[in-house]
Amino acid sequence: MSSSRVVIIGAGPAGTRAAETLVAAGLKPVVVDEAPRSGGQIYRRQPPGFGRSLKKLYGFEAGKAARLHDAFDRLQDKVDYRPGTMVWGTEGHNLHLADRDGRQDVIGFDALILATGAVDRIVPFEGWTMPGVYTLGGAQIALKYQACLIGRNVALVGSGPLLYLVAYQYRRAGGNLAGIFDTTPLSRELAGLPRMAANPANTAKGLYYFAWLAAHGVPMLHDVSPLRAEGEGRVARLVLRDRAGRERTFACDAIATGYHVQSETQLADLLGCDFAFDARAGQWLPRQDEMGRSSVDGVYLAGDGASVRGADTAEATGALAALACLQDQGMPFDAAVRNQALQAMRRGSAFAAALRDAFPFPEHLYENIADTTLLCRCEEVSVGTFRATLRDKGAGEVNRAKAFCRVGMGRCQGRMCGASAARIAAQTLGVELAAVGRLRGQAPVKPLPTALQTEAGE
Amino acid sequence: MTDATKYDVVIVGGGLMGASAAFFLATRYKFSVALVERGRIGAQASGVNFGNVRRQGRPFIQLPLAHHARDIWGRLPALIGEDCEFLPTGHLKIAFDEDSLAALEAYNAEARHWGLSLTLVGVNRLRADYPFLGPGAVGASFSPEDGHANPRLAAPAFGRAARRAGAHVLEQCEVIGATRQSDGFIIETADGRILRAPILINSAGAWSNRFAASFGESVPMEARGPQMGVTESLPYFVQPVLGTGDSSFYMRQVKRGSVVFGGGVHVAVDLADPRPRPRPAHLLTQLRSLVRFLPSMAGVQVVRTWSGVEGYLPDKLPALGWSAKTPGLLHAFGFSGHGFQLGPGVGSVLADLAATGDTSVPIEPFSIERFADNEPAKTSPVAPSSGSAR
Ligand SMILES: Cc1cc2nc3c(=O)[nH]c(=O)nc-3n(C[C@H](O)[C@H](O)[C@H](O)COP(=O)(O)OP(=O)(O)OC[C@H]3O[C@@H](n4cnc5c(N)ncnc54)[C@H](O)[C@@H]3O)c2cc1C
Ligand SMILES: Cc1cc2nc3c(=O)[nH]c(=O)nc-3n(C[C@H](O)[C@H](O)[C@H](O)COP(=O)(O)OP(=O)(O)OC[C@H]3O[C@@H](n4cnc5c(N)ncnc54)[C@H](O)[C@@H]3O)c2cc1C
Repeated sequence: MSSSRVVIIGAGPAGTRAAETLVAAGLKPVVVDEAPRSGGQIYRRQPPGFGRSLKKLYGFEAGKAARLHDAFDRLQDKVDYRPGTMVWGTEGHNLHLADRDGRQDVIGFDALILATGAVDRIVPFEGWTMPGVYTLGGAQIALKYQACLIGRNVALVGSGPLLYLVAYQYRRAGGNLAGIFDTTPLSRELAGLPRMAANPANTAKGLYYFAWLAAHGVPMLHDVSPLRAEGEGRVARLVLRDRAGRERTFACDAIATGYHVQSETQLADLLGCDFAFDARAGQWLPRQDEMGRSSVDGVYLAGDGASVRGADTAEATGALAALACLQDQGMPFDAAVRNQALQAMRRGSAFAAALRDAFPFPEHLYENIADTTLLCRCEEVSVGTFRATLRDKGAGEVNRAKAFCRVGMGRCQGRMCGASAARIAAQTLGVELAAVGRLRGQAPVKPLPTALQTEAGE
Repeated sequence: MTDATKYDVVIVGGGLMGASAAFFLATRYKFSVALVERGRIGAQASGVNFGNVRRQGRPFIQLPLAHHARDIWGRLPALIGEDCEFLPTGHLKIAFDEDSLAALEAYNAEARHWGLSLTLVGVNRLRADYPFLGPGAVGASFSPEDGHANPRLAAPAFGRAARRAGAHVLEQCEVIGATRQSDGFIIETADGRILRAPILINSAGAWSNRFAASFGESVPMEARGPQMGVTESLPYFVQPVLGTGDSSFYMRQVKRGSVVFGGGVHVAVDLADPRPRPRPAHLLTQLRSLVRFLPSMAGVQVVRTWSGVEGYLPDKLPALGWSAKTPGLLHAFGFSGHGFQLGPGVGSVLADLAATGDTSVPIEPFSIERFADNEPAKTSPVAPSSGSAR
């Protein structure tokens, strides 16, 4: 079976461990990642020439980051690595690739492991598209990748562990914080603690960030509703409603906002995988078995792209997907390794579930979003226009609403607004979130430059 | 309830043909109508097409119908309460070689006898008026009253207007059988309804052959999917719809800024799957044409591709008008890649036919009778074909 070609999309924690597992079994997988270097989202590497220490970049995770980077680097001549290359379309068992210069390539696969990670999830508020407002992930990337801060006095708004992590990282990097504005009641977060014991180390880290931030005098408010970003051409103030119902204004020169992250599932969609609604994640996810087998033969799912469970679990599910692939190809594999990875995956899944419950997605915020708030930034569609489309034009699900008013039709293809559009649709129509469906994936999965150079010879 | 299942007309298929027919029947003739649609109104070919509202280049015998349709396109706000983003921006057909230029000139000379006045644009004027065009164009033909509209809006808007006028619009309701009894048609739906009407309109798009065949009138129709793509939003700079003489490439810019393009390639279609997948390789072919056409598009980003299911007849003319075999049966399908522009005109003609038996628009050439000695219909071959979508 050595002739069979396995392709891995994504060189983050999941993709790295999948590649390593396949190489250990004697295969030479292709690894495609649009980033110029391996590491993925959490262990994103600096461009060559930047010399900040791992400790500075990754904090507590420096050891894990180093191990993962080393693991990938050791595979260098044992995998066919295509950095800086995006997979933008699929047809049958072929993948269409484009590199940064627009060079095109098509590669076939016998088996495919999707380890495409996750993206930010946001809730729109008045002024969220103003210069100076970033996603939490964007703020973190600016810091990790370009070593710059998004502002000198940053307000962080949202929910989820990333909120405190980014706050910690910013404060450590010398940024001042206007405050951490969490939409979740503190009591709910505390109530979640016992279940998070599934991962004592992570929980301890989270508590440490929290305590450290408090000790450093960073203002922290819980149970808030962001109302609007204000400023003259650029963010200067954040206005929110606190838990007592009072409107309060905080001066700031940048805002970072986010509510957990969501799986990147477009490729699974193009490949024809079955999806099911995951109520806890609040998202449609490709169906998978414990090993990461999708509903399509030869297509495997791993990491946060399969279901958001964090970096450690991504490593475990990367290995599992590779093992499933070996097993399905009739190749030998180490059952003990599999059992260990399965255990890690189950622990990680339990922890992730507890986190979701402790930091719930703030569904209630949608009820109060003003009609004037922008929902779809790319096509400039307001929440009010979207609500009217649902009410007056008989759009009973999100694709129909998209067809009528362009929400999700622009550059981001609904990555930014899709989750919010679905929730507003469900509320406006008075139905369950699952009943409004999901935006269909359409190639290219991300914007593709027209100035394409085709394969040599053409 | 028995009355509720009886109508003057039952329409199978809620694309632009069916939806506009329902609208005109309900408004012009106050007929009781059921418009029965398997999915959502205007979500198939009518909702995903390129959006060209173009007359120039059509076979001359189609022009009277196209003029009738164009008149309605211009009156949409008064008729249905919204303009569906119809913009009479003009349509520019561009020749890149002397043969195509000669063909445009010949078409131009004859078109005026059919009531379509076109302007030939010499190469110097072309360069001056459309400085963004790439090199190689040798001349063009401009149709000032043609334009484009938003296909996602048109048929649903007709459907809503029909409903407001009293038509019963049944969505997510599939017709599984239709038979003719002595007193009219009996139409059965998948959810167990029985509808009756003396007149039945078969406007089920690429799926119409199934009903035509059940009345002994199968046609050699082939289903194919023209492929489309769209760029990110750009400053608005191209007003008219642009296309090559042979429709191997065409594009338009919507006011919001994105550039929609198509042409040259079709994807294979399986009638069981209403959502054919575009082919990545086709996109690359089209992008080469796009950049050749408008060099300034190099570096712009494409954000989406799609396709849709369209029925093609061998002579590229529709089957439109009374059945040759079954009294009371009207056909309207097989628009062969260019039914969007015709749509509202077809609906209007169907309404006249159903209500009065006749129409002032000449449609004899489209009679289904021309396929009377057709061998049993073939299903779509899967070979990718090159051809035009419009
Ligand atoms: C913005 C953001 C910030 C985060 N920060 C943290 C954090 O600080 N701490 C933490 O514990 N967790 C964080 N997470 C969660 C974290 O991403 C994961 O737990 C971990 O990185 C998941 O690993 P993965 O291998 O599944 O995916 P990733 O690490 O995200 O790797 C996926 C890789 O796939 C590539 N890719 C995706 N699509 C394509 C395509 N079409 N073609 C080619 N390549 C593609 C990407 O370039 C990426 O390198 C963050 C997530 C996001 C979205
Ligand atoms: C990608 C593409 C681009 C095009 N570009 C252009 C263009 O630029 N200009 C132009 O003029 N034309 C264009 N066309 C052609 C044009 O879109 C079609 O000719 C026209 O929309 C056909 O309308 P219709 O109502 O006959 O078919 P459809 O819109 O397909 O409607 C038929 C309806 O019947 C329904 N149906 C089928 N079976 C049943 C059943 N058993 N029970 C109930 N309902 C049923 C279907 O669900 C469907 O909604 C294009 C077509 C495509 C696919």
